This record gives sequence, C-alpha cells and structure tokens, in this order.
Amino acid sequence: MILDFLDQYLVNGLVLGVIYAMVAVGFTLFFGVLNIIKFSHGDVLMAGGFAALLAHQTLTSLGSELTIFNLIVTIIFAVLSMGLLGALAARFLVLPLKAAPPLNTLLITLMLGLAIREAVRLFYPNGSNPKPFPRLLPDTSTTLQTFQIRTDSLIIIFGGLGAILFLHLLIKNTRLGLAIRAIAQDSETARLMGINFRKIVLGTFALGSGLAALAGVANGLYYNEVNFSMGLFLGVVGFSSAVVGGLGSILGAIIGGFLFALLQTLGAIWFTVPAYKDVFAFIIIIVIMACRPTGLLSESSSDRV
Amino acid sequence: MMHSNLKISTILTAVLTMGAMAVFFISFLLAETEISLLITVALGIGFFIFAKNQSYFENMIIFSNQRPVFFHGLIIIIISLILSICKHEHFALFMIASVTLYATACFGLTLQLGYAGLTNFAGAAFLGIGGYTVAILANNNVPIILSVLFGGITASLIGSLLILPILRTRGHYAALVTIAFSLLFKTFLELNEFLGGPQGIKIPPMNLFGWSFSEPVLGGSFYISYVILSLIVMGVVLGITRLVEKSWLGLHFDSVRIDEVASSCFGINIAFWKITAFTIGNFFIGISGGIYANMLGHIAPTNFTFGDSLILISIVILGGIGNPIGVLPAAFLILVLPEKLQFIQEYRLLLFSILVILVLIYRPDGLLNRPLRKFYKEWGPPFIGK
Repeated sequence: MILDFLDQYLVNGLVLGVIYAMVAVGFTLFFGVLNIIKFSHGDVLMAGGFAALLAHQTLTSLGSELTIFNLIVTIIFAVLSMGLLGALAARFLVLPLKAAPPLNTLLITLMLGLAIREAVRLFYPNGSNPKPFPRLLPDTSTTLQTFQIRTDSLIIIFGGLGAILFLHLLIKNTRLGLAIRAIAQDSETARLMGINFRKIVLGTFALGSGLAALAGVANGLYYNEVNFSMGLFLGVVGFSSAVVGGLGSILGAIIGGFLFALLQTLGAIWFTVPAYKDVFAFIIIIVIMACRPTGLLSESSSDRV
Repeated sequence: MMHSNLKISTILTAVLTMGAMAVFFISFLLAETEISLLITVALGIGFFIFAKNQSYFENMIIFSNQRPVFFHGLIIIIISLILSICKHEHFALFMIASVTLYATACFGLTLQLGYAGLTNFAGAAFLGIGGYTVAILANNNVPIILSVLFGGITASLIGSLLILPILRTRGHYAALVTIAFSLLFKTFLELNEFLGGPQGIKIPPMNLFGWSFSEPVLGGSFYISYVILSLIVMGVVLGITRLVEKSWLGLHFDSVRIDEVASSCFGINIAFWKITAFTIGNFFIGISGGIYANMLGHIAPTNFTFGDSLILISIVILGGIGNPIGVLPAAFLILVLPEKLQFIQEYRLLLFSILVILVLIYRPDGLLNRPLRKFYKEWGPPFIGK
C-alpha cells in the first residue's frame, strides 16, 4: 500500500520544498531590486554544487579527514565563490542593460546560464557525466513510532529553513536590508536618500547567488550526485515557485517552493511513470498562473486598461 | 517617377555586392581545409566592412526597391548558379536546405518576438510538433503537401494551448511558460511509445505529384529537391513576413510590442494581435519543422531540445531582432560555421552563448538592424543604421 511510504514521501517533499524555496527566494530578491528575472540562477546553483565538490576534493587531497570541518569549509567556499559570480554577473551583464528592453536582460541571463552550463560540461574534468557528491552528513536515521527520518534530511530541512530565516532577518533588521527594501520600493527615491544603488544591487545579487550555492550543496548532499544539466530544471522550478508565490515576496517564494514540492510528491504518488510528476506539477503551475497571473501573494497590478 | 533617380553606379555596385556574396557563400560551403576557410572568412569580413563604408548595401536596397523584378530575377539566377556548382555535394546541399529551413522557422520567431514582442523559447518544440505530425501522417500515406500543412496547423493548435497563460501573464512570465513547455515537450516525446520514445520515428521519403525526393535530380544529389522545395517555402514565408511587416498588421504588432497600455488606449485589442502573431509564427515554424523532418528521414526527441530553441533565438538576435533579412546570414553563420570548423563543434553552445552576450551588450540591434518604418514613398529609401 502506498501509505507505507508516506513518511518517505513526506520527508522527500519537505527536502525538495526547502531546496526550491531557497532558489525561489533568490528570484524574488533580484526581481525586488531590479525588476528583472535572472534565468542563470539555476546554473549558479549547479555551479555551486560543483564548487563544493572541487573544494572537498582539494581538502581531501590536502589530507583533511574531519568531516564537519570539511563540510563547513566546502559550504563557505561554494557560497562565497557563487556570491562573487553573482555580483560579477550583475556588474558586467545585468546593470549595463538596465536601460535596454526587459527581453534583452532575460536573454543575456539565459545565455549566461547556458555559458556556465557548457563551461562546467567542457572544462570540469569529465564534467559531462554525473559526479558522485561526498556524503558529509551522518547517514543514521531516527524512528518516531512508524516514521523513519534520516538525519541528513532533517539537517538539510532545518539548515535550509535557517538560511532563509537568516536572510529574512537580514532584510528586516540591518542597514543593508533597509537599503534593499528601499530600492525595491522606489529605486529613484532611494538613490536621492543617499543609498549607493550599484553597491546594494551587487550585494543583493551576491546574497541571492550565495543562497543558490547553498541550495546546490544541499541538493548534492541529498542526492549524493551533481550533474551539469540539473541547473536548468531547478532554475525553472525555482522561478515557477517564485512566480506562483508572487514575485517580490519572500514568504510567497517559500510557499511556492513547498507547493511545487507538494505537487511533485502528489504526482509521484498518483502516476506510475516517474517523469510524469514534473509534467503534472508544471501543468498545475501553468493553470494557477493563468488564474492568478501575479501570484498567490502579491499586490494587484494597477496599469491594466 | 519611380525609376528617375536610379544611377548606373548604384546598379553596378548592387550587382557586384550580390555577386561577391554569392562567391563568399560558395567558397565558404566548399572550403575543404580550415586554413582556406579562415582565408574565406577574413576576405568576407574585409569585403563586408568595405561595402558597408562605401554604402553598397544601401545601394542594394535602393536597387531592390526600385527594380524588384530585376532584383529577384537576379537572386534566382545566382541561386541556380550556386546549385549547379554544388550539385554533387551532398553535405553542402544539406547545409543549404538546413539553413533555409531554420531561417524559415526564424521568420516565424521574428513575427512573434520582433514584431509582437512575444517571447517564445519553445521554437524547437514547435519544429518538433511539425516534424512529428509529418512523420505520423506520412507513415499513413497522407500526401506530403497536406501533411506539411497539417504540421503547421498542429503547431498552431498546440501553441494555442499556451495562449491563455501567455495572455494572462506578462513579459518574463510568458517566457517561463514557453520554457516549461519546451522542457515538458521533450519529456513527453521520450515517454510516448506511439511516437517512438527516445529512439524516434522514421519517415518515408517525400513524393510530390510523382516527383520522388529520394532520387537524384538532374544528375546531382537528391538533396537538390529538398533545397528547391525549402527555398520556395522560404521565399513564400519571407514574402508573407515582409508583407505583414509593411501592412497594418505589422503596425498593430509594433504598437502592441512597444506599449501595451497606450495601444489599448487607442482601442487596439492586444489579446487578438498577440494570438494572431503567435499563431502565424507557430504555423511557419511547424511547416519548416515538417520539411526538415522529411529531409532528415528520421527524427528523435534529441533533435528538438531546449538548446535548439536557444539556437533559434540566437539566430534571431544575431540577425537583428525584427529584421527577417538579417536572419539569413545569422542562420548561415550559426549553422554552418560549427560544421566547418570541427574543432569548435564541441564548444559550439558555449561560443554561441558568449557571442549572443557580446551582441546584446555591444550591438543590441544585431548584424543588420531593422530599418525604420517608411510610411510614404516620398520619404525615400529606408534608413540603415541610426
């Protein structure tokens, strides 16, 4: 009976939801400050996974055996390198096109994603094949009555939620967060108030990309595999989640991420062919978007005629 | 009155430019070694810069506007010469036909993206819909003309499923819908046993009113038939695209693209014009996909991936958004160059992505930017450049 695996489905859905939410929060942040969609976001996630792999290989070749130390250094390296990549992309590709039609920004980030994907495939040693990701989290499991939960899943769920909460607090309570919110509300007025627009935009892109790298590491830890082509799909999923939740709202992005994971899980329960679960989830998302074009949580747009 | 200001020198330079382009085209296609290819490209670029400085291209446009019959006749003669020179070269002819068909699909994208401003990142999926429709119909002995037309119609119909979400949403959201569709389409093809699954499906050779497409023509390669057919289709589609651009249809598309709110204030039905552009565009893409599938003889889901959609978009951007003529050299470069330079074949997507990024930053108008709209004949020839 399918209910026997209910706990597996539930935990799997929650882990996916956290990963999707982390990607979606990035999309929402970028949309908030610049009103743009950065389609390379999924590939930044993938590159974050590969950066983590690279860091871990370097550490083990240097003879570092302590798992927890390796994990922390790996995560820090992935987050910092992708943060830098995000800031560079904003500086050299997104900001120069600020005055151009939105289509150009969309295309340039889409092509940046393609370039990152191809660069990893061609230049990472043997990059066209899936790479095993090291098991850095304890693989024990806890049993609560009939529910069996793996410790690594729990760590990923709480770690991811913790990262999102941290970002939320950062945006609500710090001067940087205040500046980000000011630019999101009205960038011209924010600039008149003496906010360094370029610096804040670069900072926001670094933050969002760092979060994507964290999602990439979480994805690698959960599946024990990273693959150069996973970014495109995860990016589209993250964008769908952000859109369904309502672009510009962090809570909406979280809700969207978990909604997408829920749809996928339901699809996995209902359909025997695994690939249909994505088809199912996307069709429902497209239907929701057709009914509520501005997302579940967002102010109504006012320039309709 | 129309012929009054056409100088002999204008005609001469226009004809010279066309001849030079044809020579470049042939030597590019038939270049055997990489060195000869590089020399050809260098000479081509040199001539391009020279001709641009001497305003030869403007002369060509003046010539084509004032002596349309002569101009188009000359094009047909040049094409016939090219075909007779490479009539034994299977590969060159195959490339010509591929470029022609991709260009035809890109005219559809130009209608959607360049005129109406609809982002369609599922170009390859619509090519695939056309191709698979033709595959199924041709295997059931439906005449080829009908099945290719049905390929276009099916692409339009399936495209209309996406219309509602695209209309309800704006800008980026519409892009998401087409990207998701493109990804789902490949999954769907791979899972579908009836369509051959991941292995794909075979298509019997074409037969048009007793003209068999699998036999050699005029003592040359059998690809000549496909080249001629695809050139005719491309000519018709290009003609329609240019007529649409010139007419009130194009004016409505432009207005919808440039400012939706202002257009609806002037009583333009935005939804109607978006649907029109999307449907016509998908029809063109579906038709070219149908003929392309027939020429390949065997199609599989890997022919129609998201990467191929991005290649179609790259061609449109590189050629200059909204300029169907620019699509031709862009399609030629993007499709033929990687085939000729085998060492870049592996890096082709990376190079295209970097190329498009550079074009978007430094030359957002592409190779040939779209001429300004000319409302009256007295305004003279359309401007090139700003």
